[in-house]
Order: sequence, then structure tokens, then C-alpha cells
Amino acid sequence: MAQITLKNLAHSYMAQPKAESDYALKEMDHVWQNGGAYALLGSSGCGKTTLLNIISGLLRPSQGRVLFGDQDVTEAETTARNIAQVFQFPVVYDTMTVRENLAFPLRNRGMDAAYIKARVGQIAAMIGMEATLDRKARGLTADAKQKISLGRGMVREDVNAILFDEPLTVIDPHMKWELRTQLKQLHREFGHTMIYVTHDQTEALTFADKVVVMYDGRVVQMGTPEELFETPAHTFVGYFIGSPGMNLLPATVQGNRAMVAGTEIALGASYAPPKGRVQIGIRPEYATLTNGAGLPFTLRRVEDVGRHRIIRGDVAGQTVNVIAPEGMPVGAELTHISFAPDRIGVYADDWRVTGGAV
Amino acid sequence: MDKTQNNKAWFLVLPVLVVVAFSAILPLMTVVNYSVNDTFGNNDFFWVGLEWFEEMVTSDRLHEALGRQILFSAIILAIEVPLGIYIALNMPKSGAWASLCLVLMALPLLIPFNVVGTIWQIFGRVDIGLLGHYLAELGIDYNYTNDPLDAWITVVVMDVWHWTSLIALLCYAGLQSIPNAYYQAARVDQASRWAVFRYIELPKMQGVLLIAVLLRFMDSFMIYTEPFVVTGGGPGNSTTFLSIDLVKMAVGQFDLGPAAAFSIMYFLVILLVSWVFYTVMTNLDKEEGR
Repeated sequence: MAQITLKNLAHSYMAQPKAESDYALKEMDHVWQNGGAYALLGSSGCGKTTLLNIISGLLRPSQGRVLFGDQDVTEAETTARNIAQVFQFPVVYDTMTVRENLAFPLRNRGMDAAYIKARVGQIAAMIGMEATLDRKARGLTADAKQKISLGRGMVREDVNAILFDEPLTVIDPHMKWELRTQLKQLHREFGHTMIYVTHDQTEALTFADKVVVMYDGRVVQMGTPEELFETPAHTFVGYFIGSPGMNLLPATVQGNRAMVAGTEIALGASYAPPKGRVQIGIRPEYATLTNGAGLPFTLRRVEDVGRHRIIRGDVAGQTVNVIAPEGMPVGAELTHISFAPDRIGVYADDWRVTGGAV
Repeated sequence: MDKTQNNKAWFLVLPVLVVVAFSAILPLMTVVNYSVNDTFGNNDFFWVGLEWFEEMVTSDRLHEALGRQILFSAIILAIEVPLGIYIALNMPKSGAWASLCLVLMALPLLIPFNVVGTIWQIFGRVDIGLLGHYLAELGIDYNYTNDPLDAWITVVVMDVWHWTSLIALLCYAGLQSIPNAYYQAARVDQASRWAVFRYIELPKMQGVLLIAVLLRFMDSFMIYTEPFVVTGGGPGNSTTFLSIDLVKMAVGQFDLGPAAAFSIMYFLVILLVSWVFYTVMTNLDKEEGR
């Protein structure tokens, strides 16, 4: 087990990258703590898998170094890195039985038979496949196969890290929850560093201690689920985490005041005039509808999702969502919207600006 | 009755029946007719029953040809299958080199059989052939026209040259269908090169390999043109395979009755072997799926 350090890492699939847009992975410096459970979250094509494959050594980065502990493994083969990886689609050795599949990584490393038998039994119990251990893998369903892939990823105890590349895509929802819980438990028990790639925020937030949000080849924020929710470092994080995502309104900011569509609102901190395109961001949870105070709000529709209601409307032509508690009367008299001042974030060119004391 | 009988459907099948009758059944019946009759021309037939079949079954000549035929098929399969797989494994997966390889590999397959025979017939000649000449220069006593072993080597090498591409191309197609994740997983699992071949590549190639072996078996078992052009079945009878023998019997000696009986048995042997082969392979496949 080791801490994983990425130094000036960048990758392009082109031989001669020129512009920054040629890079699938923009230059980054990050440290993945030993024993952490990380989720790598982002929409498709943002470079998650590229980053994962660089860590596992399936891909050589165009520039930068990868360190496991103090050891530079940038040039090391996957086999030398002692990494386990589970892929998006099931990879099983068709002609082997389930048992042989699970034992394969251990056998290749020359472990002794008694240990392999015990360990395979343990993993089989974990993925719930004890009954089918002696069947050929070929005839199994896609989710049974994926469970084998997961099992094969977890069968080695001494790995530096276990990497998961959207491993639960093909698994049915009930099993998804169960397997995720098991992964979590495994993490607690053995303390492996785990990196879990997903585009599903629920999956990321429930699995990980730290969520790494990627956008357009860049890591935009690395933080606890709470940090991502309360203080998104980038408008993409605000939009991607939360349901619905953060509301963004163009504004001009001066000190602890913001002007939005001609109305002045109070901010929780004081800001030097930010450069670039300025927006304020507020989570729907911290917006309330009023009958006079705040910004003029046009109500469009109300969605009842059970535990609360989502009120969709707009402010000066921008869509704004509000989460209102169940049972709150929603009527025509609610013509304005107000925001909790200390929950408002200020963004310049999509990046969060930190404010000073009021 | 809620179902109406409609015999018009038979008329729609008729064209196919006619075509099949003229292309397969009638010619075959002619052969069957010859095989149970004796004829001296003028369309005079004398019923002989199974006499020709009995004669052929006990014929040493046929036994020898069959032995040579089995040996030939076994040798070329033993060389072409592993070699084809090896070539497929080492062909570039993409890019300009892959296209070039594909074209080069396909070339021998596009040459007409008798041209292949002629190429090797000239290539191997000691007086004017490139191969024969330089082998002689090297002091190797090579002459396919009077040494049975040299004749065999020539015929086998020619077949390998002509047909290994087919197996290589089929296997290559099988290999191309393996998703990259399998190779990546194997690297993560620290699988050896052999294990990758044994557990990933071979199972994925199994289907195409089955077809390839079946095709090569049937083709090699019926081989005629190439050895006929190169050696004419000689020296002596050493490269006289079943087809060559059959043609000698039918066209050379005009023993139409025995030749017809021979043809029918030949056809049944190929049918039987192919059927056994196919059944065994598909059953293997099913059992593994269990």
C-alpha cells in the first residue's frame, strides 16, 4: 500500500499536442492518501478513465511523473505496480470456472494452494457466488460476470490500490447498493487505497471519503461530500453535485453586495471586485420564496418528489430552482426569492472566489 | 377446419427444386447409375449390383491413395493451423502495416489453383527454377520429379504457402474482436503471455478456428489441381492422392464403374468425417458452456 502522487501530470492522445485543448488530461498535481476511498466523478469524456489508466500503468502519460510512495513508477509496467483494476464491462476468463477466475491473480503470483483456497472462499462469500464456484464462467449472466470481475479485483490483499472504472454499470440497482456497501466494508477492513470512477453522484458520495470532481480534463475539486456541497470550487461542481444543481446568476459584486438584474442583495463575505465573468451561486436548498423581499421571481412549475418539493422558475430570464419543504403552501403571492447570504458563493470565470470578513 | 389447405406454396419452392435437381441430384444419380452398372459405351448398361463397391473396398490401390491422403491432410493441418495462429498473433493490430499485411496475406488466396501449381512446378525445377537451382548450388540433392520425399516436401510446402493465409486471416478476425479490456485485465492480473493466449485469445478464436480447420480439412482431402500440375501424382504413385487417382481411373483408364463407386465412397467419407468433426467440436463448445 502506498500514497499515490501525481506530479505535473498531463496526457494527450495525440503524438504532437499543441494547444491545451489537445490534452485529454490537463496538467495536474495531486496526492492520493494511502488508504483513502476516493471517487472520481465527472461526466463522460472528462478524462476519468484516462487518469485511472495512467495510475494503473495501462497508459503512459505524455508528461509528468506518477509516484507510489517515494518510488517513481511512471515507466513501470502494470504488472510491476501491483494494482488491481475492475473495468466497466465484465472481463472474465470464459473457459475457466468461477473458482479458477477468482484464483487466477493469486496463482500468477505463485501464492500457495491452501491460501488461495481460503481466500477464494472468502471472496466468493462476499460477492455471493459460493454456489456457482465450480461453474464455467461462460454461461453466466452479465452481472454475475461483473461480480467475478469485482472479486478478482479484490482477491489480492497486498495491492497498492484498487481501481474501479464504473464497475456497477451493468449490475441491477438492488445488487448495486449491496456491492457498494461491501466495497465500503472491505475498505474499512483492509484499508486499501480505492479509486472509484463514476458519473453517478449518489454512487460517488456514498462510496467515498473524498470525491474528486473532474471537468474537461481537469480536477476541479477534491473534497469531502460536504465540502463539495457547501463550497463548490467550480460552477461545474455546483451544477453536477446536488439535485437539482446550484443556481447561477450573472451579477456584479462590490464588497459584500451583489447586484443581480438591478436588485441589490447581501453577501455573507466581502469581495474585492472579481475579474472576468462574475456569477453568484446559491443551492436550491438555501433559497426561499417570499412575498416581497429579494429578487423578482417568476414561478414556472412545482414538482413534488415526496420528501420535498422542487419549485422551478426564473429570475431575470435565468432558470432558478428552489427546494421547499413538503407542506409549504405555494401560491401566487410568492413573487420574490431571497437567498441565505452566507450560503451565496461568488464565481469569477467559473472558479470560486474566496471572500474576506464583512 | 380453420386452416385452409393451400398447395400453391409448392409452386413457389419449385424453382429451387429444379435448380438443385440439375446442379446436384441428377449428376449424382448419374454417378450412382454408373456405380451399379457396367458399360462398354453406346449407352449399354449391364447390372452388376455392388460388385464395383466390393472391388473398390478391397482395392490396395485405393487403400494406398487413402493412406497418402490422410497423411497429407494431417501434415498440412499440423503445420498450417499453428503457423496461421502464430502469424495472426504477430500481425499488427491497426495502421498502415496492418493493411499491408492483410493484402500480402490475401495474395496467395487469390491465385487460381493451377497457377499456384505452375508457379511451384517452375520454382522447384532444378534446371530453370529459382528454388531448385539454388538448392542445387548449395549442394542439396533436390529433385521433386524423381525423389518421392522431395515431391512430398514440395507439395506440402506449396499447400502451406497457398493456404496458411486463410487460417491466419480467420484467426486475425477472431483476435480483432477481443475488447482491449481483456488484455488490460490480464496485465493487471499478471498473466503470462501463454496464459493470455490460452485463456483469452484461444477461447475467442475457437469459433473461427473450427471453421478454418473444417475448411482446410475438406479442401486438402479433395486436393487435385496443384499436386497434379507439379508432380502429376508421381514419382510413381507417391503423390497420387484420392482425387488424382480417381481421375486416372475415370478419365485415364475409362473404368467408369469402379470410378463411380469410388466417387460415392469418397463423398461419403468426406461427409462423414466433416460431420463427426463438426459434432464433436460443437458438443465440446456446449459442454464448456455448462
